[in-house]
Amino acid sequence: MSENIEIHEYDVVVIGAGGAGLRAAIEARLLGKRTAIISKSLFGKAHTVMAEGGCAASMGNVNPNDNWQVHYRDTMRGGKFLNNWRMAELHAKEAPDRVWELETYGALFDRTPDGKISQRNFGGHTYPRLAHVGDRTGLELIRTLQQKIVSLQQEDFAETGDYEANLRVFHETTITDLFKADGKIAGCFGYYRSSGAFVRFDAPAVVLATGGVGKSYQVTSNSWEYTGDGHALALRAGATLINMEFLQFHPTGMVWPPSVKGILVTESVRGDGGILKNSEGKRFMFDYIPDVFKDQYATTPEEGDRWYTDADNNRRPPELLPRDEVARAINSEVKAGRGSPHGGVFLDIASRRSPEEILKKLPSMYHQFKELADVDITKEPMEVGPTCHYVMGGVEVDPDTTMSIVPGLFAAGEVAGGMHGSNRLGGNSLSDLLVFGRRAGLGASEYVDGLAGVRPAVLIADVDAAQDRALLPFSSATDGGENPFKVQLELQKTMHELVGIIRKEDEMRLALKKLEDIATRTRTVSVTGHREFNPGWHLALDLRNMLLVSLCVGKAALERQESRGGHTRDDFPVMDSDWRHVLLVLRALGEDDVELVRQEQIAMRPELFDLFELDELKKYYTGEELGGHRAEASE
Amino acid sequence: MSYDAHFRVWRGDAEEGELVDYPVEVNEGEVVLDIIHRLQQTEANDLAVRWNCKAGKCGSCSAEINGRPRLMCMTRMSTFAETDVITVTPLRTFPVIRDLVTDVEFNYTKAREIPSFAPPPGVAPGEYRMQQVDVERSQEFRKCIECYLCQNTCHVVRDHEENKPAFAGPRYLMRQAELAMHPLDARPGRPEEAVEEDGLGYCNITKCCTEVCPEHIKITDNALIPLKERAVDRKYDPLVWLGSKLFRR
Repeated sequence: MSENIEIHEYDVVVIGAGGAGLRAAIEARLLGKRTAIISKSLFGKAHTVMAEGGCAASMGNVNPNDNWQVHYRDTMRGGKFLNNWRMAELHAKEAPDRVWELETYGALFDRTPDGKISQRNFGGHTYPRLAHVGDRTGLELIRTLQQKIVSLQQEDFAETGDYEANLRVFHETTITDLFKADGKIAGCFGYYRSSGAFVRFDAPAVVLATGGVGKSYQVTSNSWEYTGDGHALALRAGATLINMEFLQFHPTGMVWPPSVKGILVTESVRGDGGILKNSEGKRFMFDYIPDVFKDQYATTPEEGDRWYTDADNNRRPPELLPRDEVARAINSEVKAGRGSPHGGVFLDIASRRSPEEILKKLPSMYHQFKELADVDITKEPMEVGPTCHYVMGGVEVDPDTTMSIVPGLFAAGEVAGGMHGSNRLGGNSLSDLLVFGRRAGLGASEYVDGLAGVRPAVLIADVDAAQDRALLPFSSATDGGENPFKVQLELQKTMHELVGIIRKEDEMRLALKKLEDIATRTRTVSVTGHREFNPGWHLALDLRNMLLVSLCVGKAALERQESRGGHTRDDFPVMDSDWRHVLLVLRALGEDDVELVRQEQIAMRPELFDLFELDELKKYYTGEELGGHRAEASE
Repeated sequence: MSYDAHFRVWRGDAEEGELVDYPVEVNEGEVVLDIIHRLQQTEANDLAVRWNCKAGKCGSCSAEINGRPRLMCMTRMSTFAETDVITVTPLRTFPVIRDLVTDVEFNYTKAREIPSFAPPPGVAPGEYRMQQVDVERSQEFRKCIECYLCQNTCHVVRDHEENKPAFAGPRYLMRQAELAMHPLDARPGRPEEAVEEDGLGYCNITKCCTEVCPEHIKITDNALIPLKERAVDRKYDPLVWLGSKLFRR
């Protein structure tokens, strides 16, 4: 019962309309490519709006000592030297240009007294580095890019009489399959959420910009969209994922009331002076400074407090350690029975800053706590705890072009892996989106040019198969399949309890076993009703992706026998240099299984390696890896 | 702390629909969107609703709750009595797609009709200089999360389909104001454009838009009235008027 399927032809199709997707689309259109943007939500609602703190770029507006090398070092340290160093290098070098470019699109960042873009302190960043707009930087970013797209459409309208001649947004549209022909990308397939009608895009280049996977967890700051679609589409198309064991649990999510559990409380609260306390009123972070960071953090509250006004002569307070460290510390305090009434710890800004300052710098946090928790953060401390926030792992890509191992398939933003290593610094996500979004648009355009007009043709059999797969949940309805919402809850619970912030071998084995069972149930979930805006059906299709991604997380987490960044093993609690250079690479095995292989990380280029002092590298590298360093060579 | 609330939710599509009654469990600290999700997870798997962030930041879950335009994620259940009947209906100004989901294309059409930011000629990226006090006026308007509650509540279009072609609505008039007040926007004549192209004259400053704004943006006082004043200022400036008479060809 093949139905009539709408077909569109484009040069470049971008899946995802967050920061990375929009920036990629802008670049492709500027390079003369007919470009489609596909978004599960309405245009302008993507998860990027949730980013609060800012966008890291070493513009040096607040502290002139900042430069790309310092940013690069901070990023590598934050990721515990497991990062793809070339991505970290490109990111640090190009971020300032990407931010300045936004001003030419109309962005209005907060200013320094001399009229430049203001920059704020954040965890793991040596200098004030985050361009921001209060605590709603993500909204500014998405709106600016959205408005740039409108502006390009207006140019096309002036020229052709059609706003959508070269750049069109297909919103509330979900992609369920990628098509390949002769081993190369040929297009993709999906459905309009509102009508349920199928749609096919024929295009030689597809950019994945679908964000993350947090919806596989019970407590998350991520929205319903974060079901790992891009990760799963890439796997099924034959691409590889790396670093999937590394998930960032943001240390400060709301813990109460239950309905908002997991919603983000920006790191800016700490950047602007907020401190963490346990139920005994103790500022506990001083007890949790790990050895590798001993030299960079204050050891007394007095020194930490002085740093806010005199950063050159004092070390930063430990509340501003990278996120993985802070999340683990909070977890330990709660486990030791020193938590707050609702199972978190206290984040206190009220006793540290005046109500006026708080309202000025953290307006949306004030709003969020007032309206959702009935807490006035200018008067009382907040209760916070870790929440699943970001996946460091993603599609393995070429750093310069962002292309995966599948010709024509690109990935940028959270869905791409490597840039952040084992842990991402706050503020490095918005800059990542801009830098690699642009590179993806560029890479895809150059790839299309390289095809010289010879485009892979979509195979009709593939279209039929994609359609059958998408309709499966309706046909299982008659066979008495399960409610997809129930299966989703089971998946979330499994991942949360067994592959969460602290991991153990037996629990992960149990998780993988449970996932097998959930896979069987996922194949047969059933939905009732119609195809028009039917959330049950949408979830049934998203579940396949969540499951595949969860398997990747579970398998990789079980394999890595050490603790590093966003991967903490109770049974292997220390960081092990022999694991630093090992990447865990995942590939699809059939419909819903994956295989894992180990791969050596490429060694850092010598001049980048030499940006670090040998003493610091010794904490992360094995002895034989240090041979190439300038200090070793001169001995 | 749990109790069963009486929800009445509009179910249907573009052609027909009705209010359907649901008894549904409510727990401490929940918001209306939680209850809608509970319905979706239990007895109404196919109940259509838009939502994303669930934290008042994305502006997706707009609806009318007991007749008031609101974000479902920011409407706490504790603001109702346990015995209240809570009626949830889709935004009235836009065509229904299904259940609580409406077709908000009107807004995207209007967004395209407002001329974009015009970069100042000759100023290179990185060379933009603006004072905080000057950017703050436009920054207030850029807090907008595009929930379209103001567009929905504005009486110019709420029950007047015929006004839609000529009227951009509060959100996009505010966009003109934002750009008019942007320290570096190079496009002249935005206030006049707002009157002539975007229907600013239809607005008779009843402030309904301001009242429903979940971001508490003073749309009328800070955007629309100043825009009107600027337009009037130029249109009726005696010197400009005289100049236009004297030098008219």
